[in-house]
Amino acid sequence: MGYTLNFNLIWRHFDKLWGGLLLSLELAVISIAIGIVIGLVLAVWYVSAGRVVRGIIAAYVEFIRNVPLILLVYLVFYGLPTVVDLVYSAQTSFVATLALYSGAYLVEVFRSGLEAVPRGQIDAGKAIGLTPWQRLVHVRLPTMLRITLPALSNTFISLFKDTSVASVISVPELTYGAQWINFNTFRIVEVYLVVTAMYLVTGYALLFALRLVERWYRTAH
Amino acid sequence: MLSQIAYALPFLAEGFALTLWVSLLVVALSLIAGVILGVGLVYGPVPLRWAVRIFSDTIRGIPILVLIFFVYYGLPAVGVHLQSFWAAVLALTLFKTAQVVEYLRGAVASIAKGQSEAAMAIGLTFRQRLAYVIFPQAFRRFLPPWINGVTDAVKGSALVSLLGITDLMQAINQVIGRTYEAMPLYILGALLYFAVNYALSLASRRLERRFAFIRE
Repeated sequence: MGYTLNFNLIWRHFDKLWGGLLLSLELAVISIAIGIVIGLVLAVWYVSAGRVVRGIIAAYVEFIRNVPLILLVYLVFYGLPTVVDLVYSAQTSFVATLALYSGAYLVEVFRSGLEAVPRGQIDAGKAIGLTPWQRLVHVRLPTMLRITLPALSNTFISLFKDTSVASVISVPELTYGAQWINFNTFRIVEVYLVVTAMYLVTGYALLFALRLVERWYRTAH
Repeated sequence: MLSQIAYALPFLAEGFALTLWVSLLVVALSLIAGVILGVGLVYGPVPLRWAVRIFSDTIRGIPILVLIFFVYYGLPAVGVHLQSFWAAVLALTLFKTAQVVEYLRGAVASIAKGQSEAAMAIGLTFRQRLAYVIFPQAFRRFLPPWINGVTDAVKGSALVSLLGITDLMQAINQVIGRTYEAMPLYILGALLYFAVNYALSLASRRLERRFAFIRE
């Protein structure tokens, strides 16, 4: 025992943590934006596709969901460049990985959301003469979004936490900043206390904000 | 290339066994701790409820990787020396325990209040109420998400490779370090993780369907 807390060195290097937090948020936002596109396209395709396409989409979803994120991060960053002729930075590599990762989870979210759209709404759309495309854009997707918004918020928050894995390929996000201070100042307990607080405050602030959005979206339409 | 990988197979198998061993320990320990804390959260006195709530919300609010580093580097700093294997198991168990607490709370909350009241009315003690009335009914709500959560434990165990523990993930990286055959080995590793986790998800889905006939 006999460990005295001394936060001075943490504050001196706080720019590493603050910059790291901002980068974590940025990685999460870009990844989920791409992930939403992947998820939407594949979910809409899935519900109207034949057996083969469904099988392929399901294989993608099941593969991603059942493999550790860290392995996917290594695979894309260290493995993929050995077989394809591409050069990319660690950050790009991680965003691509996390986008594919979140896409797999969001396909499931959107697919079950689309299936939960009441049959009567789609029939009503048909009855007033909407084309299939119009029914999708004006009837099915808005209703689906309202149903899936809570799951979407939860996915975003957990992606924000998953950005910590980017530290294993030296992307300077928040966990990387914590390790840097850990190894360079040895104020170990202090730095992880501060970083824990930063993840908690940011995570719960995001959750609170997203719940407000959900409530607004429920009543505004 | 293939011969090199074949040469590495026993080494990878050892890593795979360690991954399964870590996962099994974490799942078993967190089940015990999680159920005890979960009962504390639902039925305990107010200070205990608060303590469990804060524990669970804090642990679930931070990345598992931060928790692993905190335990691994933080404990020796305050004078607690654990082998890295046990530090990793401890960190993963803390994380999983918080999840088990929530599964248990959700499962117990889904049982109608009248069940407890009826059990009280016929004079069952608290333990009898839990053992004969609440838990048997809550079990079917608890089991599918819990088994599904076991896949999280297996996936999460890959992070212990960062502490120099030779689990499957670390074994793969070490073989790649020697053979430079990155892609085939990562794919082999992915397939091994997939095989374990997919089997677990199938089991979870099956159980969910088995219990689906019960209507509240």
